[in-house]
Amino acid sequence: MVKTRYSEVKAFTPGWLALAGGLGAVIVAALGAVWYMEHNGHWVTGMTNQVVWGVPHVFAVFLIVAASGALNIASMGSVFGREPYQPLGRMSGLVAVALLAGGLAVLVLDLGRPDRLVVAMTHFNFKSIFAWNVILYSGFFAVVGVYLWTMMDWRMKRFYKPAALGAFLWRLILTTGTGSIFGFLAAREAYGAAVMAPLFIAMSFAYGLAIFMLVLVFAGKTTRRPVGDDLLARMIRLLGLFVAANLYFVVIHHLTQLYFAGRGGVEAFILAGGGVYTTLFWVVQVGLGGILPLVIAFAGCKHPPRRRAVMASLLVVVGGLAQVYVLIIGGQAWPLDLFPGMETWSSFADGRIHAYVPTLAEVMLGLGGVAIAAIIVLMFVTVLRFLPDDMGSMQ
Amino acid sequence: MLARLLLGLLMMASATAALAAEPLALPKAKGGTTCVEAPAVMRRDHPDMLKHQRDETMRLGIRGAKASLKECVACHSTAAADGAPRRVDDPGQFCQSCHAYVAVKPDCFECHAAVPGQKTAGGAP
Amino acid sequence: MTQLSRRQVLLASGAVLIVSAAEAADSQSVRGQPASSARRWGLLIDTAKCAADCTICVDACKAEMGLTGHDRPLTDAQYVRKVNVKDPASGHTHSLPVMCQHCAKPPCVDVCPTGASMKRADGIVLVDRHICIGCRYCMMACPYKARSFAHEAQTGQQPHLPRGKGTVEGCTLCVHRVDEGRPPACVEACAAKAKGAMLFGDLKDSSSDIARRVAREATSRIRADLGLDPAVRYQGI
Repeated sequence: MVKTRYSEVKAFTPGWLALAGGLGAVIVAALGAVWYMEHNGHWVTGMTNQVVWGVPHVFAVFLIVAASGALNIASMGSVFGREPYQPLGRMSGLVAVALLAGGLAVLVLDLGRPDRLVVAMTHFNFKSIFAWNVILYSGFFAVVGVYLWTMMDWRMKRFYKPAALGAFLWRLILTTGTGSIFGFLAAREAYGAAVMAPLFIAMSFAYGLAIFMLVLVFAGKTTRRPVGDDLLARMIRLLGLFVAANLYFVVIHHLTQLYFAGRGGVEAFILAGGGVYTTLFWVVQVGLGGILPLVIAFAGCKHPPRRRAVMASLLVVVGGLAQVYVLIIGGQAWPLDLFPGMETWSSFADGRIHAYVPTLAEVMLGLGGVAIAAIIVLMFVTVLRFLPDDMGSMQ
Repeated sequence: MLARLLLGLLMMASATAALAAEPLALPKAKGGTTCVEAPAVMRRDHPDMLKHQRDETMRLGIRGAKASLKECVACHSTAAADGAPRRVDDPGQFCQSCHAYVAVKPDCFECHAAVPGQKTAGGAP
Repeated sequence: MTQLSRRQVLLASGAVLIVSAAEAADSQSVRGQPASSARRWGLLIDTAKCAADCTICVDACKAEMGLTGHDRPLTDAQYVRKVNVKDPASGHTHSLPVMCQHCAKPPCVDVCPTGASMKRADGIVLVDRHICIGCRYCMMACPYKARSFAHEAQTGQQPHLPRGKGTVEGCTLCVHRVDEGRPPACVEACAAKAKGAMLFGDLKDSSSDIARRVAREATSRIRADLGLDPAVRYQGI
């Protein structure tokens, strides 16, 4: 077995500066957007009393879900003993932590009172799945931090296995918690189903691996570290499996919904007559983000593995954003049913489809979260030995 | 925010310059000099009193206690020349003059009324 | 017809009873004492007396709570609204006020991460805006769409109802009035200026008008199937 060597990324090269500068600019623009939204109040956003969670939440949930999935590469190596993945364990942990930090930043900066973050950290309602998520998210940093420590410090080697197992279990619980944020909403017809938890786990597997592959290919190309074709081919097959699992739970969810007569309305809305949500669902989520990656993974696509990895991963990311958009915003666009079987109308938008148009500021905040995640990865690979010199090309 | 901070610093600087002299000229309360407690106690403890009371009133529903933000405002607000009440958090008014002096921003009046309530017909028993 | 007028008279007398505060000495909260779980404040709303074009309760609420609004219907706060309901099969239409239903098992309280969304011992559901972080999860969870988010900085607040940007708000059942032994503003206005369709009282006090009517007449609750046990009951929905 070849001993893996790790090395830092060289700082202050023109490419490094350009990347850091670009990400910094996005973050500054996002902070400007936050200032604009918080100074004026949320009425300047597309969010209303009807659609209370908007594009910031789409990005936040996407990043948080992807975070736990990005840890899978490390788990594959340590918990499931797949040796080819082991050199990438450090990177996997880092990307996971960075994505979570980016997602949480978006979530926090969209609060009505982000200045009261300390209140959220000191007042807990233990019946709230949201409060549990605060604990699960903070714990994730600690658990993955310890896991990374056992990977990077030989004196900690004996704790490597338990730390790996702990992190793997923690991430499963974390995504269960994120899915349950929606699963526990009895009155929202688009959610309120136990399948939300496993669906979110499947989503996290797919999104996290897709983002990890993009980071890997990008890092390999820009820092001239060879990425093995065999490894990439393996990961593409794995991605295909996760995408299939995601599709499976989506099908189960909608079949269940369709079977309940009372939920026929919301299903007809999402699947058939919901305009942008229907298009996003069928074309982007299912078509581009589901079927096409499966074709790339399993149907004998002839492109070289690196090309296929990038194509499939980008498609999964785009499809994933659409999936979360349809889920969060499409689900709120459908009105609450105060009087089942009746038509209702009021001055408070009862009984009609709620419009939502995202504003630039909201999108900017979401992109800021992505940039925060990226800059965290960049900074850590620069100061510590996260990246292996050879990423699987020797096997 | 920055402007407020600078203003605070400026006021601190000018106050230091004036030193021993009475640093602040506060509007007098309507009800005399001792409302809930002696001025020295009030200066030191009013945040704790208010915070304690807010939880008791808001969450437990205990009414009619000694410390009440509503009463603070009722007693300490002044009227402008035209008779309109001034906000207690306006510059130079009771709350703000002291809070600017110590450079602490009170959060109360983003939500709470900073002028006394108008007497409604009937009123409270 | 005679039936209706008899009920009208009954209800009007009930409303007068409350407005005249005959029960005040009994229902007023004791000075210095916390709200008691021996009480459960509730409403009984007779939709037969609620005209579709009447918004007296809504207007009274806005005045009482200092809800000035910004002419932005999608983001302006509404504590109570008139919902019109039509049976698509028969075309029958009726109208009713919907506000926070002050559930015994409020989902907004369950989901709130900080405990800002809370239920007082006497069943009144409130938002403690001192610790509300503005996450809006309660708005996602409420089946009645009873809550609003303060989308902008607020001015002209009433001393009894603090409200500010970035926090969630909703009907308080006029807790400031209830603690003084007075009925909520909407109930008072409906009795004084409309047909007295709303009755306020203590559901746990078997001698109260509301408890007696609930014991005697058929009443129902919006989305009773969700099992939240709201304190607001309706007739004719």
